[in-house]
Amino acid sequence: MEAAFYIAAIVAIVSTVLTITRSNAVHALLYLIVSLLAVAVVFYAMGAPLVAALEVIIYAGAIMVLFVFVVMMLNLGKRAAITEGQWMQGNIWLGPVLLSAVLVAEVLYLILRARLTESAGGVVDPKQVGLALYGPYLIGVELSSMLLLGALVGACHLGRPVLEKAEGRYDRNSDGARAHSGGNLIRAGARRAPNAP
Amino acid sequence: MVPDFEGAMTSPYPIAAIAGILIMVLSLAALLIWVERRLLALWQDRYGPNRVGPFGLLQVVADMIKIFAKEDWLPPFADKAVFIIAPAIIMVTVLLSFAVVPFSPGIIVVDLNIALLFFLGMSSLGVYSIVLAGWASDSKYSLLGGLRAAAQMISYEVFMSLSLMGVVLLAGSFRLSAIVEAQKRLWFIVPQFLGFVLFLIAGVAEARRSPFDLPEAEAELVAGFHSEYSGMKFGMFFVGEYLGVILISSMITVLFFGGWLGPWLPPIVWFLIKMFAFICFFILLRASLPRLRFDQLMSWGWKVMLPLALLNLIVTGAVVVAWR
Amino acid sequence: MWSLIKTIWNVFLHSFHKRVTIQYPEEKPYMAPRSRARIILSRDPDGGERCVACYLCAIACPVDCIALQATEDKDERRYPEFFRINFSRCIFCGYCEEACPTYAIQLTPDFEMAEYNRQNLVYEKEDLLIDGPGKYPGYNYWRVAGARIAGKDKGEAENEAPPVDLRGLMP
Repeated sequence: MEAAFYIAAIVAIVSTVLTITRSNAVHALLYLIVSLLAVAVVFYAMGAPLVAALEVIIYAGAIMVLFVFVVMMLNLGKRAAITEGQWMQGNIWLGPVLLSAVLVAEVLYLILRARLTESAGGVVDPKQVGLALYGPYLIGVELSSMLLLGALVGACHLGRPVLEKAEGRYDRNSDGARAHSGGNLIRAGARRAPNAP
Repeated sequence: MVPDFEGAMTSPYPIAAIAGILIMVLSLAALLIWVERRLLALWQDRYGPNRVGPFGLLQVVADMIKIFAKEDWLPPFADKAVFIIAPAIIMVTVLLSFAVVPFSPGIIVVDLNIALLFFLGMSSLGVYSIVLAGWASDSKYSLLGGLRAAAQMISYEVFMSLSLMGVVLLAGSFRLSAIVEAQKRLWFIVPQFLGFVLFLIAGVAEARRSPFDLPEAEAELVAGFHSEYSGMKFGMFFVGEYLGVILISSMITVLFFGGWLGPWLPPIVWFLIKMFAFICFFILLRASLPRLRFDQLMSWGWKVMLPLALLNLIVTGAVVVAWR
Repeated sequence: MWSLIKTIWNVFLHSFHKRVTIQYPEEKPYMAPRSRARIILSRDPDGGERCVACYLCAIACPVDCIALQATEDKDERRYPEFFRINFSRCIFCGYCEEACPTYAIQLTPDFEMAEYNRQNLVYEKEDLLIDGPGKYPGYNYWRVAGARIAGKDKGEAENEAPPVDLRGLMP
């Protein structure tokens, strides 16, 4: 299990580095997915199978699919990759590299100086997670659920009026006005200006 | 330290179990090509392939020879690495899912204690195969197929997981063998009928079978995400689809129809009988139902199926709590 | 929802229906007498060729698969010197049969003419000619037509009045 942990950790680090350095957005996302899967293996090796499974299902399986979906929709193409490649050069690197170097040094120092914590020990099964969530961390769960509910309502609010107002965005004489009238062709025709051709 | 991932059910000879299940599942998937064509023909008052070998069984072999001999074309405009990886992903994820399916006591690769979550995780990773195939092909129909696949799979995965939580509540475990054992007295189809219907629909959508085969709609997208694929790469998508059908059928058997449980016959035979019945039902669905429209599909998934799955979960939870 | 379930059930009931497929090589399908397949050249009831080499079939053919050369025999009857149909081009539309003024060229219900060698699909006159009159048993072009041939002068055909003497004054 130690070996599995270290191999997965190395895979995670390498794939994360590759995520940052790829100029093609979809390739970068693919490396990010690999990184998340590696982190899931790390969780599993640490004795948290439930978290590992949720990492795969939620992060790798759902959220990253949405990312890929959006990137595909944008259809960036070759020119975007070239621009990205240009951004990669020069002293844009400098700040982040310095900061992360500090972090890496810190982590290395901690690891080499003393093994502060032995692994958490024991397998955490789903029941324990559930009891912990709905016991001592109940307030956290409730707060995050309220946050998510707010996000949901917000998304509904942002999504709905666009369909109704869409007509106004187009020139009143254009075909767009008819196409976006929500299927009500009579109303769409009535809104045409009298001097329309 | 080491998670308790080996239950009592795990096979004592893991290599033999892996090899056996791989061979069985892959040959079954190949056979399904013939089964599907014969059954579709039966329901359309035809015969289907019945010339090559006894009952046309060797048609599969002929098809295999043909598909291996086909030119394996790599489109010059495609994203090469992703284009090649995509068909492999679907095979890997589906075959990995079979590792946790308990065919009968002793015939299971690993009796994981989070087996159900593992299955859900693998099926959610399987989406990448289609999405990336659609993107890497760099043609507009493929891209549309990939986009449809992404949207469809995400929406149907949500209530697929939720519909299974009722079963988990009743069995009290994510371990598939424990779920089967919990059905000794009563199959979960009875107390979890709604969950079963929801999972069946979500399963058809996850396997991308008609009437949910929008990503590869022949009529409007000219085979969608695998338009540009040929030769054995296309063959892998094809076999992957049938493997998905077998997987969903086995999961329905395990979760709702008591897996290997049954009188008189050996357990593995019971399992195969139940699984095959559901495979036939999948084919019957393809024979009878037309393809959904995309907006109908999405609104149905989010506005009907998801609330029903939540309702099922809440009611089951309440009943389980009241029972104790 | 109910209609979906009913559809599935109705399709399932088709498992018990009779199949409509005809197992072809063992079991021959019924071909209607007027179905259009292999082209033949027929003969008169008395054994002469019906074809008068008028080229109408070759002109009517939309894919130009008919080739022939007209000539005359000692009786002054026109007949084709060669008559060639390329069946790898033929689309069996039946226009040649419609165009034919003498019922010589006819389409038959025999469709089993597959070949491994494409050259074998070019049928010559001896391949096309049959011994009988085909679909029109009693018809004999040279007996009903007004054309003059050796041994049959004008006005001697069936149901034909003697020719009018244009230079005479009698009604």
